[in-house]
Amino acid sequence: MSSETKQILTTDGTPLEVSLKKAEKKNKIKAFLLVAPLLLFLIITYIFPIGEMLFRSVDDRMVTNMLPKTFKAMEKWDGKELPSEEVFEAFYLDYKFLVEEKTFGKLATQLNYEKNGFKSILKKLKRKMKKFEQGNYKEQIMNVHKRWANVEYWRAIKRRAPDITYSKYLKAMDMFKNEEGKISQVSEDRRVHRILWLRTLEVAFFVTILCFLMAYPIAHLLATLPMKYSNLLMICVLLPFWTSLLVRTASWMILLQQQGIVNDFFVWIGLVGDENRPEMMYNKTGTYVAMTQILLPFMVLPLYSVMKTISPSLMRAGKSLGGTPFVAFWKVYFPLTIPGIGAGCLLVFILAIGYYITPALVGGASGTLISNQIAFHMKSTLDWSFASAMGLMLLTGVLVIYWIYNKLVGVDNIKLG
Amino acid sequence: MALPKYTETRYRIWHYFYLFMCTCVFFFLIAPLFVIFPLSFNAEEFLVFSDGMKRLDPDAFSLRWYKDMIYGTKNPWGLATKNSFIIATFATIGSVILGTVAALGLSSRHMPYKGIIMATLISPMIVPLIISGVAIFFFMAKAGLAATHTGIILAHIVLGTPFVVITVTATLSGFDHSVTRAASSLGSDPVNTFMKITLPLILPGVISGGLFAFVTSFDEVVVVLFLAGLENTTIPIQMWTGLREQLSPTILAVATCLIVLSTLILVTAELLRRRSERIRGISR
Repeated sequence: MSSETKQILTTDGTPLEVSLKKAEKKNKIKAFLLVAPLLLFLIITYIFPIGEMLFRSVDDRMVTNMLPKTFKAMEKWDGKELPSEEVFEAFYLDYKFLVEEKTFGKLATQLNYEKNGFKSILKKLKRKMKKFEQGNYKEQIMNVHKRWANVEYWRAIKRRAPDITYSKYLKAMDMFKNEEGKISQVSEDRRVHRILWLRTLEVAFFVTILCFLMAYPIAHLLATLPMKYSNLLMICVLLPFWTSLLVRTASWMILLQQQGIVNDFFVWIGLVGDENRPEMMYNKTGTYVAMTQILLPFMVLPLYSVMKTISPSLMRAGKSLGGTPFVAFWKVYFPLTIPGIGAGCLLVFILAIGYYITPALVGGASGTLISNQIAFHMKSTLDWSFASAMGLMLLTGVLVIYWIYNKLVGVDNIKLG
Repeated sequence: MALPKYTETRYRIWHYFYLFMCTCVFFFLIAPLFVIFPLSFNAEEFLVFSDGMKRLDPDAFSLRWYKDMIYGTKNPWGLATKNSFIIATFATIGSVILGTVAALGLSSRHMPYKGIIMATLISPMIVPLIISGVAIFFFMAKAGLAATHTGIILAHIVLGTPFVVITVTATLSGFDHSVTRAASSLGSDPVNTFMKITLPLILPGVISGGLFAFVTSFDEVVVVLFLAGLENTTIPIQMWTGLREQLSPTILAVATCLIVLSTLILVTAELLRRRSERIRGISR
């Protein structure tokens, strides 16, 4: 055997290759152990709860558990005509139990989501039920209110039988499962959510465009000015960046109010009369203006960091080869800034699409976004599963953009300040 | 940016137009902040410049809103300030420790699945706050930590760590690993090496990450809105409530203080960034 094919051994006799692999593996584990605490912490407090939102948004065992006998009896019912006495009796027993347990209010809320008008007839049933006689529950319940004799309401109950429901997702798209189990749209005047989704996209899109149009020239100026001037101007970008969001929103509330400075200025230059000062806050205008100013630094900084690396001699070369300044800019400078444009636009769009505070304060009714609707259902109606469903739909959108961002820019290239 | 003498008139016009546009944008960025200063010294209750203020009449200015902020009856600002500082401090400490250690692992060339892990660690910065708020609320409610300082601090650690991870990883990218190897070969154990060699070198990055984490926590309102009880009110919560109900000049006094604070933080962050760039040899 020649010496070349002989394995090289380390001092303790193991082949070098094995030994090296071992050391590499050890290093891998070491590196991973350093990341592990944070990763574990985030998985427990953050990633896992987001997964729980998914579960919560489709989970529908609450009603199933509240009306066990009813759903058992309903299994045989075809849903065409009014259910049999058996179902009515089971429903009576279930509901009686809930009234005794004092949890019937939850059922009323849940069924009311399914079909309006359940709350009042359940309350009425609770009052009248005390005097119910044994047997023939169908007639007795139907006598409480005429809606109990309406088959639609019983179908609504049956629709809540499965453990899992996608109704919240349909509701977020202004759709619902109708009596025949087909997916259909709600009537035109009640399509509130679709308007909100579209408005969120529209606001995020135009805010991104506005930010880009404003950020490009100043990023260019910052990147080309001599250091001593650009450092000073950079403060104009960084100070708002570091200032509290609420402070900046407050200043816009002062500026945009009807007796505010912007309106004063418009009156002074004669654009509008003193009597008909335009309403610039509590509508979409307010949302646009405030969000653009607040998100502008997030566009300027990535653009600036890309423009900073472009050598000025490239533009000079373009011009010396016969291009006019515009041609040189368009053919040489602009293509080089595209990575910065991509990074800035994606960042601003991601931030804008989930904006909550500013639209809530200056947006009024016509300037609120989908985030505000999520918060409303979390805090006011307490329909947490609906809020979760809408949150996850928004999250899916954001994650798609985040994925694109990661592919194009790379998250480790995010620069701060 | 003086133009060369041979520049044609139309490019000259275009250049001045460009400078004018830039001035407008800078004005748009910075001017709104300066509206707050004078109005917070308003002697009257209205949030408009009174005639006296326009004439610079000294009687039209007063410190009454600052007095109200500090001594006012039913004053929520004292408690809010205390809570904000406690929460932000602990959240910063937690974020800095977890984030720095994770960044050390991430910058190692042996780190497996670097891309996906980095994306996960940064995600709280990307995911809309409202969704983070809902998710963290579900967790805290289950863990019995809703309406406690601990719950809010943990939530803010989640939101603050991405900033620390980003800044420290950036600092470590220019880090010369041969110095740590030198330390090890001279007999130093890993902890000692980190404390004596690595940490002093990456300190500017760690501190600026910490500043980001502090500001994030100090300014955060969406998640706290879900988590806070009456006892855990913070400055942003009080401002949010105040702005929703009625815009009182006291809020402007608070806002002025916050602007002063953010100016201080900006100056510190800038100085640190320059120092860090000098250490990493990226001279400008």
